Amino acid sequence: MMKKALSGAIILLFSLFSVYPILYVVSVSLRGDNAFQSRSLEIFTSSSTISNFVKLFIETDFLIWMRNSLLISAVTTLMGLTLAATSAYALSRYRFRGRNFMLFALLATQMFPATMLLLPFYIILSHLKLIDSFWGLFIIYSSTALPFCVWQMKAYYDTIPRELEEAALLDGCSVWQIFYRIILPISSPALVITALFSFMTSWSEYVIAAVVLQDPELYTLPLGLKSFQASLGTQWGLYAAGALIVSIPVLILFIGISRYLVSGLTMGSVKG
Amino acid sequence: MASIEISKVTKQFGSLQILKGIDLQIQSGEFLVLVGPSGCGKSTLLRTLAGLEKSDEGELKIDGKVINDVEPQSRSISMVFQNYALYPHMDVFSNIAFGLKLLNKPKHEIEHRVNGIANLLQISHLLDRKPKELSGGQRQRVALGRALARQNPVVLFDEPLSNLDAHLRSQMRVEIKRLHQNMKSTMIYVTHDQMEATTMGDRIAVMKEGVIEQLGTPTEIYHSPKNVFIARFIGSPEMNFLEGPIVKKVPWPEAQKPDQLLGVRPEALKVSRGPLGPQEVEIGQMQIELSENLGGQQMLHGIIENQSVRLLADSLDKFSISEQVPLKIDLTKVHIFDKKSGLNQRL
Ligand SMILES: Nc1ncnc2c1ncn2[C@@H]1O[C@H](COP(=O)(O)OP(=O)(O)O)[C@@H](O)[C@H]1O
Ligand SMILES: [Mg+2]
Repeated sequence: MMKKALSGAIILLFSLFSVYPILYVVSVSLRGDNAFQSRSLEIFTSSSTISNFVKLFIETDFLIWMRNSLLISAVTTLMGLTLAATSAYALSRYRFRGRNFMLFALLATQMFPATMLLLPFYIILSHLKLIDSFWGLFIIYSSTALPFCVWQMKAYYDTIPRELEEAALLDGCSVWQIFYRIILPISSPALVITALFSFMTSWSEYVIAAVVLQDPELYTLPLGLKSFQASLGTQWGLYAAGALIVSIPVLILFIGISRYLVSGLTMGSVKG
Repeated sequence: MASIEISKVTKQFGSLQILKGIDLQIQSGEFLVLVGPSGCGKSTLLRTLAGLEKSDEGELKIDGKVINDVEPQSRSISMVFQNYALYPHMDVFSNIAFGLKLLNKPKHEIEHRVNGIANLLQISHLLDRKPKELSGGQRQRVALGRALARQNPVVLFDEPLSNLDAHLRSQMRVEIKRLHQNMKSTMIYVTHDQMEATTMGDRIAVMKEGVIEQLGTPTEIYHSPKNVFIARFIGSPEMNFLEGPIVKKVPWPEAQKPDQLLGVRPEALKVSRGPLGPQEVEIGQMQIELSENLGGQQMLHGIIENQSVRLLADSLDKFSISEQVPLKIDLTKVHIFDKKSGLNQRL
């Protein structure tokens, strides 16, 4: 009994640590004044107002940034997922020359921080005339997320028994039909997790976007939010309101797929 | 229905020669059991026939047509896998119907066919369940249903019952035989269990290290094993093998040669003190060591000329431990094997 109470208290304490900053952002977003510096620990005050949110949508380009970010993240996810799902299948199922090297090379790219690649990326994109173009970001985002996605998908495919595909083959499937009628549906937990990963990497990415996109019309949400940080003073209320809204799509995605996250951990163990 | 002809088929994995020139002819509608110890290449042979592996050399024919280069999808062969390999994301109905849907059969025909098979296998009440909601025995039935749904002329079974408990196994043995009589497909059934082989097969092919050692009806293989390996592998309890001077007690010229083995099944040995029958010979005194009661019979363990033997006797006969009894053999059920080559000398 004592033990339970103790562990409950510890969990509560840590939850408080992680939840309070979020609540604080909520509080800042609701303050009419630009009172980031306030010492008060109160979250809702009598002066709470939604004016920051109204201003965000009406007076800033927030909706355009939102559209840009959604577009970029969706296309990146789709491209990354398609490439990862198919190439990982080949790496998992076929033995061909260079396979091991490829797997290793994919892993090796993960050892370098993305910022190190910033300059080469910039040079390549400017040669391709893809600066200030979404295509530049599509390519960079999906290719930087790809190694992890491929490994993730391959690891999942590796757990699918070979006999399942052989049974489908004898049932009359072509190789392509085996892939999309058997392998893909079975891999849905891995696909969902991989998609989420792809989406998140592009959704909240700042550094690369700042280099590739210079036209404010093309800004993504992180770039847009940063632009509230003017030289004369940051509009913290707007900033907080924007940050909250940015996190909503990710929150929705997480809730929507939590079912898969759990089943993804157990499904591989179910035999044929 | 289709006849199958396998000739001189070889298969190598890396430097390991797994199939060493397999020759096998299977008649249309036959139920052939391929039996042999684990790792002898049974699955490889089956998978080669189905097209899941490519043979290095040799020829595979179905109904006289060479199929070496025919895609597995077009060989009209179904297979039941040891681990069932059911599609986990489909319910039982879709699992069974999958192959038919790929053939673009009309919907009502698919339903009719699946329902018929489900009835036959007594899984009609499970049609809307997912594989993970089924017991092992039920999964096995679904796997059978899926393999039979396309009514392919050839159906292969790779140790389909090895994951089931003994009771279910004996039940499914009968059921599979019944299905065979119903469907009349040519079936090849792989097992490492000699009991399954003798009870199920029209004919049995005994395999060892990539070679088919003997092919014949269960009776032929049981009563005329070609060599020591087969004699030992088929039949339970195992055949007794005796060597030394005792072999020469058998009044055959083969038995008089040096280095021969006397092979005699437990039911061909007798310990009664009565007079000898017409085909009986006494080979010496056996000392009784132990008796196991099997119900109607008892298994006696004894020692004769420092070699242990096992034999079956009526459980009502009374024996005491360390008792010396005369041991008789029934000459119609005795085999002489050459010790070196292992070959049965009287075939
Ligand atoms: N794909 C493969 N690659 C390498 N070796 C294999 C492969 N498949 C089977 N083998 C080997 O071939 C031998 C025979 O296997 P198998 O045909 O499965 O035997 P059985 O079914 O009689 O138990 C085994 O030693 C096994 O390790
Ligand atoms: Mg096997």
